[in-house]
Amino acid sequence: MGGEEKAKLLGVWSSPYSRRVELALKLKGVPFEYVEEDLSQKSALLLKCNPVHKKIPVLLHNGKSIVESLVILEYIDETWKGHSLLPQDPYERANARFWAKFIDDKLMPSVWKTFLSKEKERDKNKEEAYELLRTLESELKDKKYFGGDDIGYLDVVANVVAFWIQRVQSVVAIDLLNQVCFPILCKWIERLYHEIPVIKECLPPKDKHLVYIKARYEAATAANGNL
Amino acid sequence: MSTKEVALFDYWPSPFGMRVRVALAEKGVDYEYREEDLPKGKSELLVKMNPVHKKVPVLIHNNRPVCESLIIVQYIEEVWSHKSPLLPSDPYQKALARFWADFIDKKTYETGKWVWTTKDEEQEAAKKEFIDHFKLLEQQLGDKPYFGGDSFGFVDVALIPFYSWFYVYETLGNFKIQESCPKIIAWAKRCMQKESVAKSLPDQKKVYEYALDYKKRLGSQ
Repeated sequence: MGGEEKAKLLGVWSSPYSRRVELALKLKGVPFEYVEEDLSQKSALLLKCNPVHKKIPVLLHNGKSIVESLVILEYIDETWKGHSLLPQDPYERANARFWAKFIDDKLMPSVWKTFLSKEKERDKNKEEAYELLRTLESELKDKKYFGGDDIGYLDVVANVVAFWIQRVQSVVAIDLLNQVCFPILCKWIERLYHEIPVIKECLPPKDKHLVYIKARYEAATAANGNL
Repeated sequence: MSTKEVALFDYWPSPFGMRVRVALAEKGVDYEYREEDLPKGKSELLVKMNPVHKKVPVLIHNNRPVCESLIIVQYIEEVWSHKSPLLPSDPYQKALARFWADFIDKKTYETGKWVWTTKDEEQEAAKKEFIDHFKLLEQQLGDKPYFGGDSFGFVDVALIPFYSWFYVYETLGNFKIQESCPKIIAWAKRCMQKESVAKSLPDQKKVYEYALDYKKRLGSQ
């Protein structure tokens, strides 16, 4: 089941999109080979497998390449048995996909925009990001996880919300996702971190990550003529 | 609200709405069409059904809303799975279809809009990007009758609505898509032979009138 050839993941250690795929593969218990890509010097393999976007993550399986993290997650769910990522019911599936798209297309762009704001726009952008976080939190409500009693597709997709926001905000000193404003989201983050063993395995090492974030942030704001 | 099991909140020139109309027609689903007159404002019911984005299309099935056109099409595919499959069963082929539909979603609407709402150098740049985009899609189509292969599928549903806007792009952009992407035109005409598509897309000239009116309204603000 799942084909003879071992799966291979082309990724980047600091990318939440890459880590989502790792998380999904580990939750399913799929053995895979990981290849770290240097995005400043993209490998011939990466360019061959993703000629349209030239991005990671790329999943290689049975001589084929699958790209775009959300597409890869569904492929993983359909190819390997084990822990089911998406629910079975079509309405619940549509709901999970809706919120995944919300995170990637609306919430996170607003969050990054807030972190990179020039001072005079910061408050406005922050308010917008707050509103979007509130909207996401309302979807979680009183569930243990977005997936219900167990972690699912949307929890995997929301890894960027759970772990990247707090790390970046500590570096840029803009308080966005905090216990006071988002008690439900924060509890969910704690639960993920402490109750799901593979979560920790799929996080970039904290100290190294914070150094990396700081360097990226300084480069970005220098380019913007910020601060 | 509705006596029918399925309702669609839509706006007639919306290519996103058209995707859902085509999918429902492919599956032979009977539904209530609810036109939102967007320039006049959004109905209370629409905002209630799609509080996050407040946009069309929204599909209501068994009193529950489904939002975002490609998500709706996948929902339709999964609920009415016994007729006219739009997605292949093989996970890799499905992934390919999802990839290209996502690609179409990310670029086509914005690029097209850029073409018909700009002029001079900006429009020339927009046209170049538009053609490059469609050339890439044409390459993906290859010699297949449809993006889905022998049968009309998910990627075809994602892209065909933009054909109703081709007259707008070509007339306001002063170029012919046929010249750079003849296979795309041939593909579009093939799709239009299907009743599900022909009855779901508005007339190109009508869309053109709408675009002119839109520009006038923008200009007068």
